[in-house]
Formats: sequence, structure tokens, C-alpha cells
Amino acid sequence: MSGRISRDEAAHVARLARLRFSDSELDELAAQLSAVLDHAADVEALDVSGIEPTSHPQPLTDVTRADEVRPSLARDEVLAQAPSVAEGQFRVPPILGEAP
Amino acid sequence: MTALGVAAAVASGERTARSVAEDCLDRIGEGDGEIGAFNLVLAEEALADADRVDAALDRGEPVGPLAGVPVALKDNLCTRGIPTTCSSRMLEGWRPPYSATVVERLRAAGAVIVGKTNLDEFAMGSSTENSAFGPTRNPRDTSRVPGGSSGGSAAAVAAGFAALALGSDTGGSIRQPAALCGVVGMKPTYGRVSRYGLIAFASSLDQIGPFGATVADAAACYQAIAGHDPLDSTSLDRPQEPVEGALADGVDGLRVGVLAELCGGGPRQETGRTGNDGPAAGGVEGVADDVLSRVQDAAEALEQAGADVRTVSVPSAVLGLSAYYLIAPAEASSNLARYDGVRYGLRVDAANAAEMNVATRTAGFGAEVKRRIMLGTYALSAGYYDAFYGKALRVRTLMLQEFAAVYEDVDVLLCPTAPTTAFELGAKTADPLLMYLNDVCTIPSNLTGHPAISVPFGRGDDGLPVGVQVMGPALSERLILKVAAALERAAPGDGNAP
Repeated sequence: MSGRISRDEAAHVARLARLRFSDSELDELAAQLSAVLDHAADVEALDVSGIEPTSHPQPLTDVTRADEVRPSLARDEVLAQAPSVAEGQFRVPPILGEAP
Repeated sequence: MTALGVAAAVASGERTARSVAEDCLDRIGEGDGEIGAFNLVLAEEALADADRVDAALDRGEPVGPLAGVPVALKDNLCTRGIPTTCSSRMLEGWRPPYSATVVERLRAAGAVIVGKTNLDEFAMGSSTENSAFGPTRNPRDTSRVPGGSSGGSAAAVAAGFAALALGSDTGGSIRQPAALCGVVGMKPTYGRVSRYGLIAFASSLDQIGPFGATVADAAACYQAIAGHDPLDSTSLDRPQEPVEGALADGVDGLRVGVLAELCGGGPRQETGRTGNDGPAAGGVEGVADDVLSRVQDAAEALEQAGADVRTVSVPSAVLGLSAYYLIAPAEASSNLARYDGVRYGLRVDAANAAEMNVATRTAGFGAEVKRRIMLGTYALSAGYYDAFYGKALRVRTLMLQEFAAVYEDVDVLLCPTAPTTAFELGAKTADPLLMYLNDVCTIPSNLTGHPAISVPFGRGDDGLPVGVQVMGPALSERLILKVAAALERAAPGDGNAP
């Protein structure tokens, strides 16, 4: 297997993805991802100049509906599935600093 | 009994929906301990649904085309108030506040939902071994995998636990398990079936579709779930002809192309290749000889039925696997960002919100899901976007152009569904790339958004089912179902018998 991705690069990607791995997990992931990227060398090597990208199989246009008030999901039913709730809202740990 | 047989028997009063549901629940109770097709069996709910169908019949009210038919749902389809897990610890115990459109449509058609089926976590995998709740086994040989990611749904139909099942197909996740379990599975055109309530994996590729023991059953299920839905902005608002009527039409005069690049480089080559010794000239690697032989047999059967069969070429088809394993993880890494421990599902507490996010995601996702999030995040990250994701999107354009050109010359394409018959549990879990190669023949239809169907056609050297795949241009469901029905009639031996 090639070393297209190093442990440090894997650690950087993990931070972006909000995942945590041990060093040995990072080494294994780096090797596995490198193997997939090696396979993708056929795409990487392709001359695609003059070809437009397709991000979706259909030509998508904006879909609008009449701006009418309609019932939405029941708040209590939605909040009943949340890990933590306070005063009719989702409750999360502090965004900044440590918990009080 | 087939789904259409059940519906006819219930509608005519020959059987009650309740007795059908009870038989079905009995079979699940006896057999599913060994197979593991279900994450959740909905015994009470199924009997209540069946009673409602029987009561409607008693009152002389009209019942739908699937009245009393037991259906299993892949456990990534939302069911209001009923746990929907995606076979992930992340969503264990979560009860959605709404149901998927396909679930509502099946109920409206009179179907009886018997349970939620196992899958590779978040539909990422080709063997149903990536489930947080343990693997599903193939009813044809329990030492083998059922394929994936909709392995539980395929196994449920193959084992007779349900007459129909729904799966989702992002890179082959309906068609490949259908092939490995010896049942029929179809991925409709992107947009034909509403994705509202399907938990997203890769939004530009995902499509819901049916499993059935026969082509007619799969067609009836498709008919019940297809059609425009304002709740899915990518849902197609196009008229749809009924598909059932087409099945008996035959294929006389139809132009069928054997897709060279997915058939070992061309139609059966007498070169003594064993199938696993690398790619043939211009073709994808790893398609086994016994599978290629059945595709050749299927081509000959269509020719005998009057079709005009020829070999055709789509050179970019060999790039599909690489393009897919950049695009699908990229979309997945975005879609799965929503699992942050705030609104639903698992939360692992920590001192601050960012640490809580990391702790939750690290504990809640399994290894394959993390691998794909990592791959997708890498492919989208600064410095690599153009080289990988950007190029993969251009391969997608190339494929659309080349398939459009080949559909000028032929009406449908024929190729294998999966490169091999069902493999042993554990055989491919150590090497992610080896597992990904299972999808090599199914991926092109996802990248183009075109419909494709897998139909059982004979057996491999190991005696296990082989699926052949019929692909068609956008909105050609009627056509590919017709060809699949012709193949079903011509299939050798004991056909689909479990």
C-alpha cells in the first residue's frame, strides 16, 4: 500500500469530521484510505478538460410551494426524542468554556 | 405464495389478512433466529393492520392492490412512533415523529408491515456484516452473507418471512443482495420514488425500491410506492404508465446490448481466465466465470425469445467504482454531520458542546461509517477537492454521455448484478477495497440515475443463485421489467424456489 495519506493527515481529517481515533487506528485508516485513493488513480489521471461536472442525475430547478401556514411536526413529539430538553428547547453543554 | 397470490386470495375472501399475517409471523418466529433478517418484528401492529383490511372487506369497502400482503421495511425507512435504527448505535431507540412516504403508500395499498430489517450501518456495506446488531445470514446457505446493504430485506423475502420488502439502493444495495439471495430487486429511476423519510446516505444516488420473489411481485410493489411527492423536491412529476400490463409482452424485436466492460471485457471469452486474475482488456476486474456464463446464457435466452442481442461498449463504466467511492463518501460526510448529539439519537456527555459532538460521534458510529466519513471529508478538503471530488463529478458527466449514446443503438443493457455468488461471512471484512468491488456492476446506474433490475438466472458453480442485471435509460421501468419477466420465464431449473 502506498502512503498517500500520513498519520498526521488522517488526524487532521478526523478533526474536521469531529471523530477521535487512537494512533494505531489512524495508521490503519491512513493505509485503508490510501488504498482506495490508489484505486481512484484512474479517475485522478483522467483528462477531463472540457467536461462539465454533474453533481446530480437530474437537472434540478427550485421547487416552490404556496406560502401557506400548515401544521408541522408536534413540538412535544420532536422534543421527546432529544437527549436533553429545557423550556421547550434542545439543551446542550456550554458552547464556550467548561460546564458550571 | 406470491404477493399477488396473497392479494388475490385476501380480496376474494379465500383467506383472511389475519391468517396470512399469523402464518408470516410464525415463519419469522421459527426461522429468524438463524437468519437475523429483522431488527424488529411488528407482531401486534401487523395483526392490527391485517384486522383493518379484513374489516374493510367485511364492510364491502374497496381494499388496495396489496391488501393483506406482508411487507418488510429496511430499517432506514422512518416509521412514526416505531424505532428506526439504521442498524446504528447512533439511532438506537429513536422513534421518528413521521413516516416515510413509501410507508404511507404501502399502507394505503393495503399492505401489512411485519417488521424492520437489518442493514449495513447507514446502508454502507455490501454484506450486512456492518450492522451494530450483528450480521444477517443468507437463507440459501447460512454460512454465506446475504449481500448488502439491504441484506435483511433480501433475506426476508428469500426465506418467506415477507412476500415483499423495501430496500434502498445507493450503489447496488437492492440489486446485489437480491442477486445473492436469489430474489428480484429493482432500483427505479432517481426521483421515481419519494425519498421523504429515507434516512440519507448519499442524496444524489439514494433511491428506494422493491424486493419480490417474482418480477410481477416486484412490479406491483414498485407501482404502489412510485409517483410524485411534494415532500421530496427531487421527486419527479412525470406521468407513469401502469407496469403490470407490460410483463407478458415478450421481447420480440427488442434491442439488447451486452455491456462489454462489465462482462469481463466482452461476451464470454474462451481464454481460460478464472475471473479473478485481473481486468480483461477494457473491462472491470473480478467478475467470476460462472457469473459471466449465466449472463451469456441469459443473452442467448433473450435472443431465442426474439430479441436482437449484440455486444456494446461504455468505456467509462470501468471508472464508476472509483468515481462512486469519492462521490458517495463525500455526500455521506455531509449528511452524517447531523448526528451531533443535539436533537435526537445518542449523546455522550462532555464538558462543552464541541467535545460532546466528538464523543458522541466516536461512540455512535461503527468502523465502516467512520471510514467513509473520513474518505469523504478528505475528498472534499482543501487541496484535494479538484483532484478527486471534482474529477469524479466529471466522470459522472462522461458516463451520462456514453450511456445516452449507447441507448441510441439498444433499448436495454444486460450485465452481471454482482461479480460473484454469495461469499462466506468474514471473507471480505478485513479489506475494505475488496468489499467495495462487489458494487462494480451496479454503481453505473446510480451515477446516471437510471433504473436497473436484478433477476435470478441459474446458479453458480457452488449451487448458489446468480443474478443478471437489466439496465435501461431514465424512466424505462416498464421496459426493464418486461425484459426481466422474459428472463424469469426462461430461467433454468428451479428458478426462485427457496
